[in-house]
Amino acid sequence: MIVRLRQPRREITVDGGKTVNQLLEQLDLNRESHLVIRNGTLVPGDGRLDDSDTIEIRPVISGG
Amino acid sequence: MNHSKCRVCRQPAIIDLPRHNANFCAEHLLQLCRRQVEKAIDDFEMLSKTDRILVAVSGGKDSLAVWDILLELGYQADGLYIGLGIGEYSDVSGAFAQAFADERGLTLRTIDLRHEYGYDVPTAAQVTKRVPCSACGLSKRHLFDKAALDGGYDVVVTGHNLDDEAAVLFGNALRWDVEFLARQAPVLPARGGFPKKVKPLVRLTEREMAAWCIVRGIDYQVEECPMAHGNKHLVYKEALSSIERQSPGSKAAFYLNFVERMGPILAGYTHADGGELSECTSCGAPTTSEVCAFCRLQDRVSGHPSVPVEFVLGKSARKAYLAVQAATAGETA
Repeated sequence: MIVRLRQPRREITVDGGKTVNQLLEQLDLNRESHLVIRNGTLVPGDGRLDDSDTIEIRPVISGG
Repeated sequence: MNHSKCRVCRQPAIIDLPRHNANFCAEHLLQLCRRQVEKAIDDFEMLSKTDRILVAVSGGKDSLAVWDILLELGYQADGLYIGLGIGEYSDVSGAFAQAFADERGLTLRTIDLRHEYGYDVPTAAQVTKRVPCSACGLSKRHLFDKAALDGGYDVVVTGHNLDDEAAVLFGNALRWDVEFLARQAPVLPARGGFPKKVKPLVRLTEREMAAWCIVRGIDYQVEECPMAHGNKHLVYKEALSSIERQSPGSKAAFYLNFVERMGPILAGYTHADGGELSECTSCGAPTTSEVCAFCRLQDRVSGHPSVPVEFVLGKSARKAYLAVQAATAGETA
């Protein structure tokens, strides 16, 4: 699947067939600090992600 | 496919909130957020339905979400956006704020720091040789106060959320800075020419506020301020989020119990150490000095040639900034 990351914007390809929490763990991202969006909709931690998905991992922490 | 169900209606969930040990669908996530804001407003006597409210709007998720929630709850609120001159970051942030207001027919006042006061944040940081967040915070506080008083508003609302307040508390406690701890309340009453200021999002996390915006279809500035890269506030937030991951609910307990249990104890300290306020001889704003800090800053930096953002960033911040610029250029090529 295609994973779009922010800060800065970039794209990576990751194998599907895993949950949101498993993906965040694989990428060493804290689930407290990120949301996963697929087709404009949030996906919860146990949501299954497939090879055909394009998702965005959005950081939610700001320093201002 | 996901298996988690909304705690309220048992429909498929869109978000898991470990601190509530529950999952929520879109409708009930919004309901939770509205109720948390109502509780904060009631518990701390923040607002009344007849107040004229000025929301400090940055174009980020928190300020747009709090504006949106207040309107949904039936409050009357205008926005104020301050153009800080932080390159493309400010341009994009301002565009998000204006689009939000335009789409809803709301009043958004704007102030351009460079145009109206002769400087911007990167230039102030370069000339004063202090961290950019110092000049930024000072300028915003002064201009929001001034706009509220000049415009006849009863109260200034800011989008500070639970993560923001917990991080500030963490930093103040690390130094046992009693004066700052005493000032850290969800409501700052009007005092000696300063307007009342309130923080209705103190019971909601950044993750919940970002989720609010996504569910409500609110576009906001997702990128981080280039000048905030690596600041201590972010370091404290990361530390607290690591604790929260291991022990859900820790952030809320840390901050809200502080407010409930330490607030009354520290309140006396604020009055004892508040200092005598008089009018700034230059602008008339309340100050403990002859000339207020904003006028001193403006006097020092106004008219100085504009300094590009990348000139005032540290090594790692500049590297991150250039990576963002390169990514943006790649998208538009």
